[in-house]
Amino acid sequence: MTQDPNPLTCEEFQAQLPELIGSGEKFAMHPHIQDCPRCRALLLDLKTIAEAARELLPIVEPPDEVWKHIESALRNEKAPDEAERSGE
Amino acid sequence: MVQAGDPLAFAQLYSLHKRRIYSLCLRMVGNVAEAEDLTQETFLQLHRKISTFRGDSAFSTWLHRLAINVVLMRLRKKGLLLISMDEAMEPASEGNPSRGFGASDPALSGSIDRMALERAVTGLSVGYRLVFVLHDVEGYEHHEIASMLDCSIGNSKSQLHKARLKLRDALRAYPRPEARR
Repeated sequence: MTQDPNPLTCEEFQAQLPELIGSGEKFAMHPHIQDCPRCRALLLDLKTIAEAARELLPIVEPPDEVWKHIESALRNEKAPDEAERSGE
Repeated sequence: MVQAGDPLAFAQLYSLHKRRIYSLCLRMVGNVAEAEDLTQETFLQLHRKISTFRGDSAFSTWLHRLAINVVLMRLRKKGLLLISMDEAMEPASEGNPSRGFGASDPALSGSIDRMALERAVTGLSVGYRLVFVLHDVEGYEHHEIASMLDCSIGNSKSQLHKARLKLRDALRAYPRPEARR
């Protein structure tokens, strides 16, 4: 592999990361990644976090009170409608 | 049947979707009482608006989007969304990894304790948490998030990146299971 004539510093490379990661492009072959173990480790960590996030999908049960409040609010919403229909 | 106003069908609908909606609200706001209130508000709005559901998308997608709008509206009312998006425009002073990442810093080693991640997400500021939850947990694209949060796509990407950096810092500070034995 040929040497990068204008190697980026870690700071310069990391400043590009939001765009690089968001682009969906594979940049494992980016010259800076090839040469920099710190930025390689950083990328691996960020990838691990993004993958772990997908496992945070719904598992939490709301307390029963939530449904009780919904039922009660629906009854209260309905009551004036019914009163209106019955001509009160 | 729900569209026709059948209360039993609505109860069944609640039962089917309550966990997903409550979890979404909880992750977006990071507060149990607020999440309960927002779940309630989402289902009340669902009851009012269900006749407008035309089946262009899956019902769960439609309801999910409704819940996000309820949460965002609440945050806007409180002025929190404005603050959080301003925050994203600031330079990542604390989140800049080039400062904190030395050769001796432990990497995450490809594994993350789920509870630690949950805790770290809750500890994020509102703006970071919203983008992280919407993108990495819920799977929305940057252009969709930008439209929901009324910000640019670049802003959404930048905020997501900063959120992940913050999470990484928090997770590295949290002892991993093998280290706690």
